[in-house]
Amino acid sequence: MPAAKAQAIFRGLMLVDANPAADAMALDRLGFWALGHYSPIVAVDGIDGLVLDTEGADHLQGGEQPMITGIVNMFRARKLTARVAIAETWGAAHACVRAIKRDTVIVPRGEIVRAVEKLPISLLRLPEKVVADLRVLGFQSIGELSNTPRAPLALRFGPEVGRRLDQMFGRMSEPIDPIRTADLVEVSRSFQEPIGAAETINKYVGRLVVQLVSELEKRGLGARRTDLIVHKVDNTIQAIRAGTAKPARDIAWLTKLFRDRTEKIEPGFGIEKLTLVSVSAEPLPQEQKVSSLIEEENADITPLIDVFANRGQRVYRVAPFASDVPERSVQRVSAVADEAQEGWASHWRRPVRLFSRPEQIQAIAMMPDYPPATITWRGKRHRVKRADGPERIFGEWWMRPNELEAVRDYFVIENDDGERFWIFRSGDGLDPETGSHKWFMHGIFA
Amino acid sequence: MSAVRAQVLADLRERISSIEGEGAKKAGCLPFGVAELDAILPGGGLANGALHEFAGGGSGTVDGAAAALFVAGIAARSNGPVVWCLTRPDLFFPALAQVGLDSSRVIFVESDKEEDVAANMEEALSYGGLGAVVGELVRLPMVVSRRLQLVAERSGSIALAVRRWRRQTEANDFGQPTASTTRWRVSVLPSQALPVPGIGRPQWFLELMRSRAGECAEFYVGACDDKGRIHLSSGSGHGQDQAGRSRYSR
Repeated sequence: MPAAKAQAIFRGLMLVDANPAADAMALDRLGFWALGHYSPIVAVDGIDGLVLDTEGADHLQGGEQPMITGIVNMFRARKLTARVAIAETWGAAHACVRAIKRDTVIVPRGEIVRAVEKLPISLLRLPEKVVADLRVLGFQSIGELSNTPRAPLALRFGPEVGRRLDQMFGRMSEPIDPIRTADLVEVSRSFQEPIGAAETINKYVGRLVVQLVSELEKRGLGARRTDLIVHKVDNTIQAIRAGTAKPARDIAWLTKLFRDRTEKIEPGFGIEKLTLVSVSAEPLPQEQKVSSLIEEENADITPLIDVFANRGQRVYRVAPFASDVPERSVQRVSAVADEAQEGWASHWRRPVRLFSRPEQIQAIAMMPDYPPATITWRGKRHRVKRADGPERIFGEWWMRPNELEAVRDYFVIENDDGERFWIFRSGDGLDPETGSHKWFMHGIFA
Repeated sequence: MSAVRAQVLADLRERISSIEGEGAKKAGCLPFGVAELDAILPGGGLANGALHEFAGGGSGTVDGAAAALFVAGIAARSNGPVVWCLTRPDLFFPALAQVGLDSSRVIFVESDKEEDVAANMEEALSYGGLGAVVGELVRLPMVVSRRLQLVAERSGSIALAVRRWRRQTEANDFGQPTASTTRWRVSVLPSQALPVPGIGRPQWFLELMRSRAGECAEFYVGACDDKGRIHLSSGSGHGQDQAGRSRYSR
């Protein structure tokens, strides 16, 4: 749309000259940021995109979906709009991300054909002239183009059309040439003969770690994210990323993180080069340890936490949160977080198991404040022999306005067999504004 | 005469423990602080460097609440960080804090798959230097339990497995042999009577169902206090019943 026409439609439209050089620099900076956060293999894609090979690195962000949602949210927090797509090939991801209306999309494995067949041919990364000529011939979608015999196309437009199609469908490999900054700590080892055995890989990974650690030591840094990049004979690249919870410069610790996952490396026809890069490093000064005679020092278990985290397990600690509502009184914090000072107020008994969603039960009780005489939970009747309560918990209107009137009355009850349950009634028993007066099972005591 | 005999016995014990391996000798044990309980356990307490199994009785086989609290009490009395591996994150920590387990000591490792729990336990045990390694497991086959037991022996950490099934009928799996050193069943009992309406201190029926190189026993105990200690409940009309089998045994 010409600028004059746009100005005619919107009053007070602000016009800024395009600055491709500054855009490219900003994109480069974004690339370095992505390199430090998401993936060892990052490259600039066109003039408006980044391509990341996240295989072997998404688990550090909790999986593919959480990772791309996180990326979109990160941009949104800075008032930018980003679209993210994950597909098996660069070409397919390039096309999908530019075609979607949503923020994120993941193309499942083996579904590339179905995902791209309806997309316009302009997303095929072909020169503009070729696209225009193809349009003249009546090609609109990628599906139509891919179903046409290749020979006439190649005769008229050269091999480019077929190559792009093959790259999109994964019939031809398309290695990503990763960007690198000057200040990355990187060590590599090339092999005269390609290697493939797990023991050999382990041996050389161990040696590379020793080299990397001595490099880090010279600069006074500790690694937070380290990538092992495997260059294979058939010109493909595989990367394994290991993260640490604290800056690390310990040979045994780093070696363990990679040895754990050497089985993930597919050597194929052989590995000709191994590279170990510390993409994200933080200062780690040397410090003196004071040995003590009396106090028994608790072992530092950060390496263990890293082993779990790199295996894709969720590692966390819990900490008190100032809230009377039971399900909100516990928060998950990072496993290496500082110790919380305050504890839970422990006057009242709390159940060992708390249901994430209270289960509705049938209860026979005298209103307003007597415990039930019997309850029926999961189809089983329990006669209440003893009970404690009510413990009244008010809604937190300062956090959620619709809880202004809400009340829960908690009771501890014990049945004939000695099983102890935590149940509550929604509402105070008198005022229907405070709750539905239904009963719920919320936890089980020991 | 008796001195010679004691000498011979001590010598024999030494030789047996050297056959058993070094780990068992140096690891020591964690006493309950209850004389009757510690007397029945070889070594005078729950052995460090060994796998111990805990399960609930009755509906406790599914929720595992009493077993988890009993284990939390043991972990609270140990020294050092605690790694708690699980798949179902329904543990409510304030209850564990009430038996003396500090939230800054416990690191939870949550996995999606049941098999990962045992793998995580093994990893934590082999790391060493931990106060206790707890895992909430459904299945504990012989091979897995032996691996855990061997790793625990090597590093001297105590491994505590809380058995927790999906359905109450699956709980007869608990009769299958495992390599664990002791096996306990914790069932809830009606709480101690109070002179006023209300719920007193919870009581448990504690069965030591298997103990390597030791005898089985049953106890009526009061639940863990704020330091994680249990105590034998007295005057509740349930005497110790060594001869009879428990009502939950088949």
